[in-house]
Amino acid sequence: MTDKKNKGTDPKTYKFDTLSLHAGYQPHKNAGSRQVPIYQTTSYLFDDVDHAAALFNLERGGHIYSRISNPTVAVLEERVASLEGGTAALATSSGMSAIFLTIMTLCEAGDHLVVSSQLYGGTVNLFRLTLPKFGIKCTFVKPRDTEGFKKAIQKNTKGIFGELVGNPGNELMNMPEISKIAHDAGIPLIVDATYQTPYLCKPFEHGADIVVHSLTKWMAGHGSSMAGILVEGGKFDWMQNDKFPTMTTPYEGYHGLSFAEEFGPTAFTMKARAEGMRDFGPCLSPQNAWNVLQGIETLSVRMKKHCSNAEEMVKYLLGHESVAWVSHPSVPDHPDHELAKKLLPNGRGSMIAFGIKGGKDAGVAFINNVKLASHLANVGDTRTLVIHPASGTHSQMDEATLKFAGLSHDMIRLSVGIEDIDDIKNDFEVGFRAARKPRLVSNQ
Amino acid sequence: MKFKVNGTEVFASTGGRPFDKNKPLIIFVHGSGLTHMTWVLQTRYFAFHGYTVLALDMPGHGLSKGESLKSIEEMADWVSNVIDSVGYKEASLVGHSQGCLVTMECAARNPNKIKTLSLMGGAGAIPMNSELLSLAENNDPKAVDLMMDWAHGPAGHFGGHPVPGLYHINTGGMLAKSRTIKNTLGVDFRACDNYKNGFEAAKKIKIPTLSILATGDKMCPVKEGKKLADLIDGSKVEIIDNCGHMMLLEEADRVLKVLKNFILSNYPAKLN
Repeated sequence: MTDKKNKGTDPKTYKFDTLSLHAGYQPHKNAGSRQVPIYQTTSYLFDDVDHAAALFNLERGGHIYSRISNPTVAVLEERVASLEGGTAALATSSGMSAIFLTIMTLCEAGDHLVVSSQLYGGTVNLFRLTLPKFGIKCTFVKPRDTEGFKKAIQKNTKGIFGELVGNPGNELMNMPEISKIAHDAGIPLIVDATYQTPYLCKPFEHGADIVVHSLTKWMAGHGSSMAGILVEGGKFDWMQNDKFPTMTTPYEGYHGLSFAEEFGPTAFTMKARAEGMRDFGPCLSPQNAWNVLQGIETLSVRMKKHCSNAEEMVKYLLGHESVAWVSHPSVPDHPDHELAKKLLPNGRGSMIAFGIKGGKDAGVAFINNVKLASHLANVGDTRTLVIHPASGTHSQMDEATLKFAGLSHDMIRLSVGIEDIDDIKNDFEVGFRAARKPRLVSNQ
Repeated sequence: MKFKVNGTEVFASTGGRPFDKNKPLIIFVHGSGLTHMTWVLQTRYFAFHGYTVLALDMPGHGLSKGESLKSIEEMADWVSNVIDSVGYKEASLVGHSQGCLVTMECAARNPNKIKTLSLMGGAGAIPMNSELLSLAENNDPKAVDLMMDWAHGPAGHFGGHPVPGLYHINTGGMLAKSRTIKNTLGVDFRACDNYKNGFEAAKKIKIPTLSILATGDKMCPVKEGKKLADLIDGSKVEIIDNCGHMMLLEEADRVLKVLKNFILSNYPAKLN
């Protein structure tokens, strides 16, 4: 193993910005096409019967049917795996399907999960109402209650799940501490890092074992396409205990294959694809995969602008007479400010929660009067977005659940876009003026 | 499956099929610091096509117990003992990188026991870069990062894994970091560096031998592989272009095709 040219050097593997543009794709294998082709096809020719059998038996790699895999989608999967520092990835039709597929690959009926209470409302409902229908129960713990995660672990607990920065309250999970708790219990930590993207945080470097994303948000970035992904870190040892028999014992669905023995650091993704995609089928369309790839090409450029605009907006909101409170990890008195500096060194993200003086009525007036900021149920668009969570994204939660999740009726969720910062502020002034009017009336 | 060799538990993948003593045996031997998982895109084919397959985890590696063996000669004898331990009298050997040194030495020492030899990314000697050796022996993860960099060609660096969704460099890196680096990679690199008998061993080999080399292999360049192949009577050489040292994964299909043709011709299985 000689390599005279490379003596005394650091590895020359490609770095983040280069991987964002190139990972997962080689033009010379695709007719020289510089851009990733969109393989708009359902299925793939077999050379002969032996080739078909080899693909079905996982004897060799390749594509069979686009529900299971697709060449355009595979480029996206490799690209995200490379950016996250993961071994493998599986793209899905949405972020929610990525979470569902992750849980269904990990758990069986009778299993239990420990889950952060501060999550996107749809995710809360999945864990609170839908998974119990499959016999999977969950215990919710407040994201800052690190010890609470430990106490909630039961004999049948198969994992800990949380959003690194909770939606919408911006509370952080102490990922390094909670991963240690998970690993001491012999279970994986699953982190939804949608808010961060790998540009702001690589959860595998802080102990996460599986990362999920709604690629619909900052990764795609332009509000055009739904997509999700699960990424495997490759470090978790599925064979360390007998908690994961479907990973470690012969699987009837593939001639007695043991995923952990055969695929080691990529076993989870292999199982999620071979079993989960086959049986549930939430596949990503090649067109949407391509749209997300376009977004990822400019991920670091956009994230820098998102974060700098967000920090400007935090300053503006903190000094505004109509604002009761501001929650963003960049604020020095934010309870997780120091943790955020450690986990999010490239920026604290572009999600801001703030309380508007005047409560729910003022919030409604604000939302109804801003013009540049879009009132819709999404985050991570290049455009600035606002919503009133208690009447929108989290409206299906009852009063007690809202309170436990840290949501209040005066809360506005702001996803800061990359417009000119002065235009965003001017738009907010219009909203705040309208929000003050009902209070003036009621004060009279 | 798990079995014992010299009293120590060994793990070997059987390629997803049950171990069957009625079929011809092919043994796959991994490279420095790696595990049986590097062979997944070759072993499963043979296991489903009339062969019994053992993709070994060398002692102290992957799921095998014990300590890493310190010399290529010890590893060669250990592979010979594997054949005895599973109740076979003969086998076909396939090696990658360090595994080439091991299988070649084993074949030279056991001329009647080894029926064919397939070498991927092999050379008669594998002297180690001193910086890489030192990093590995000092348990520095940079050793793995450098190895992954140098071992991969375009497919590894850009991507395009034959298995959808897998990323070469991080997967390889995780395999090499799955046990303590100094106890696996460090010991293996030192064993490679110390091994001086490669060219002499090659001259003794009289069985059908295949060398698969790759044009982008920085660790065991084509010219070194050819130098070795020239010493083995009737040795066949196949060159994979646009590919690095990790050819068995980077260009898994092309490698499998070449390997399949060679083994099926020289060590045929009786298909049911």
